[in-house]
Amino acid sequence: MNRQTGMTKQELNPDTWVDSYSDYLFNYAVSRVNDAETAKDLVQETFFAGLKSAKNFKGEAAERTWLISILKRKVIDHYRKINSKKAKSMIRITQNQYSETDSNFLEEQVADPMSILENSQIENEELGMAIQDCISKLPKKHALAFTLKTINGLSTEEVCKELEINPSNLWVIIHRARTVLMDCLNNNWFKI
Amino acid sequence: MKTCKDVEIICTKVQYKEATFVEKIKIRVHVLFCKTCKTFSKKNTKLTTLCSEANLRTLPIEEKEKMKENLKLRA
Repeated sequence: MNRQTGMTKQELNPDTWVDSYSDYLFNYAVSRVNDAETAKDLVQETFFAGLKSAKNFKGEAAERTWLISILKRKVIDHYRKINSKKAKSMIRITQNQYSETDSNFLEEQVADPMSILENSQIENEELGMAIQDCISKLPKKHALAFTLKTINGLSTEEVCKELEINPSNLWVIIHRARTVLMDCLNNNWFKI
Repeated sequence: MKTCKDVEIICTKVQYKEATFVEKIKIRVHVLFCKTCKTFSKKNTKLTTLCSEANLRTLPIEEKEKMKENLKLRA
C-alpha cells in the first residue's frame, strides 16, 4: 500500500503485475475483443511488452496506466490484423446497403433506438473498470476473498479452503473489503 | 457498538444469500431503529447490484500462474 503520488517517480515491479493488474487488464480486453481466449493472450502479450520496454518507463505515469496504454495498442493491432483479412468484404456490404436504400436516405438517418443499448453497454464497461480499479487497491487477501466470492461465486467453504481461514474470518474480511469498495466507488463518480 | 458491527456483517452475508433465518430477523428488527445500519444495508445492496451490472470477469487462477511462469522465463 505504498502508493506514490505527486512528483515522486513511479517504479515497476513486474513480479506483482499478474496479481495486481491481470484482472483489470483482462476486463478491458474482453470488453473490446469479446473473446476470453484472445483477451487472455493480449494480456499476456502486454506483460511481455511491458517487460521488454521496462527500460523506457520514465516513471511519470502509474504502473497500471502505463500497462493499460500498452494493452490499448495491442487491441488496435489485433483489429488491424483481423481487418486486413476482412476489409474487402466489409466495404462491399456497405456499398450495397446505400445503393439499395437510396430513396429513403433521410429516413435512414434517424437515430437508431438500439444505440441506447450501446450506451448502457459502455457505461457498464466503465463501471466494470472502476470496480476493478477499486478492487486492485484492496489488500491482496481482501481482494482475493472478495473476487472469489463475488465475481467467481465460490461457496464460503471453498473460499475458506483456498485462503486457509475460518468462515467468521472470511465474513469479516469480505465485510471490510465491501466497505472500502463502497467508499472507493463513491469517490469515483458512481453514487452509492 | 458491537451490535451494529454484527448487523453489518449479517448484512454482508445477506448479499450472498447466506444469512440464517434468525440472522435475518435480527437485522430486520435492528434496522427499524438504527438509521446507520439502514443506510449501510442500502449501500451494500447497491454494491451488489453494481457488481452484477458490471458483468465482471476474472482470469482463472491457473491462467494467472501460467502467466507468472511465462514472465519469470522472460525476466
